[in-house]
Amino acid sequence: MKAKAVSAPYLVWMAIFIIVPMLLVAYFAFTDSSGAFTLDNLARVGQYSNVFLRSIWLGALSTAISLLIGYPVAYIISHSSLKRQSVLIMLVMLPMWMNFLLRTYAWMTLLEDSGLINNLLAAAGLPRLHMINTQGAVVVGMVYDYIPFMILPLYSVMSKLDPSVVEAAQDLGADGKRVFLRVTLPLSMPGVISGITMVFVPSVSTFIISKMLGGGGNLMIGDLIDMQFLGSAYNPNLGSAISLVLMVLILICMGIMNEFDDGEAQGGGMML
Amino acid sequence: MKKAVSRVYLTLIYIFLYAPILLLVVFSFNDTDTKSRTVWSGFSLRWYEMLFQDRMLLEALKNTLIIAVCAALGATVLGTVAAIGINSMKGWRKKLVMNVTNLPMLNPEIVTGVSLMLLMVFVANLFGISLGMGSIILAHITFCLPYVILSILPKLGQMDPHLYEAAQDLGCTPLRSFFKVVMPEIMSGVITGMVMAFTLSLDDFIISYFCSGTTQTLPVYIYSMTKKRVSPEINALSTLLFAVILVLLLIINIRQGRMGKKEEKEADV
Repeated sequence: MKAKAVSAPYLVWMAIFIIVPMLLVAYFAFTDSSGAFTLDNLARVGQYSNVFLRSIWLGALSTAISLLIGYPVAYIISHSSLKRQSVLIMLVMLPMWMNFLLRTYAWMTLLEDSGLINNLLAAAGLPRLHMINTQGAVVVGMVYDYIPFMILPLYSVMSKLDPSVVEAAQDLGADGKRVFLRVTLPLSMPGVISGITMVFVPSVSTFIISKMLGGGGNLMIGDLIDMQFLGSAYNPNLGSAISLVLMVLILICMGIMNEFDDGEAQGGGMML
Repeated sequence: MKKAVSRVYLTLIYIFLYAPILLLVVFSFNDTDTKSRTVWSGFSLRWYEMLFQDRMLLEALKNTLIIAVCAALGATVLGTVAAIGINSMKGWRKKLVMNVTNLPMLNPEIVTGVSLMLLMVFVANLFGISLGMGSIILAHITFCLPYVILSILPKLGQMDPHLYEAAQDLGCTPLRSFFKVVMPEIMSGVITGMVMAFTLSLDDFIISYFCSGTTQTLPVYIYSMTKKRVSPEINALSTLLFAVILVLLLIINIRQGRMGKKEEKEADV
């Protein structure tokens, strides 16, 4: 096959739609509105360090909660009968097919001051809680939207785990806790790592969930970028600079995660 | 005891996953004024009626479907050709191309969206046109491509490369031997990729949001609905979409189940 001729159209596409846009982001980040070179945009990103810290904190919190909730789910599912496994996993995936805007909207109606939870509380004679427009609401929304991304890779690694390894550990005298800590957990690490990346990246860069559930007071990096491009604070140069910093941040995080991931660890990255 | 605990735990998780969706469904039938969304005041189908009279919504639905079909076809054709090209590459070139290919998947979606928007706006200004269906389709093809390529590459890896040469030795033209020999071998990967591209495109909000100009896709329209007027129409829409997805998945599962049984029977014979 004439490989060069065959790959040419894709290489051209790649150059135009992946590489050039990235270069444009870099170009805008390092220039001002008249096109002259400047470092002001990047310097201004520093002013928003509180937004960056908040995003990283909320993203990390959502990821940790997803892992804590999701790990036992994947474990239980992978230990049930084969027939049940496919149904149970299907049920985990099903909500993902619904647009995340609608799923987030569902939480809006639940958490509002006059929402369902508050109505129930009032009906039970309990005081109403203010839940919407708080960081807690944003975290709940992100956990709800992204937890399938945690469960699926964990499950796909655990379901391939050879049960005879666990049996061997038991035969050699390890109790339940030690089997888990010394065998199951280390062997499921590749799933843990891809789960963490798959939840952390979208949560740290989200801009709708924070807007819908967090109100105006809990801006995240994504909202900041959105504001510079399509919002009131129109400034694509600053927006590009923030995007660039976000991208570098994510790449560093992924690099660190990959360090934990040893060579044999692959698979797990189930996407749908 | 242990079993009971895990059963209770799983049940709680599924309640967490499905209760919000169920509530959306229930309140889509609620006969209420727009103010109080969560007070039940009788059964009604009026939100569904309103939905079908909503011109903008139907327009957005049409746009979404056109875009998804175009993006899926475009990404599949280009992705198949790309996968064949990448498969025949070696060494650092292959590594480099794969790394760039994966970039839209690794990058935060908002960065991909913003970067494509900069490109589209730049080109649109150059030619004096505005963003719309064209720019959305191009952007969708771009973010779907890695998924298509990654679902075809393993199939190509499993294939015996000599088959293609053999077909040519037996007198096929390169194009004919591609369609007669290579395509059937990688077909399942191509179809998986196409279905994935179609669903990703249907569901996409972030990329469309940045590249759509004034054109509305369904997710973009839903976003504007959640922003401006809050009405149970959204609930009705969610219910319909969820029902469609459920039916589609059931059909796919039943068909797969049948095919599985068929294969078992054939294996028995």
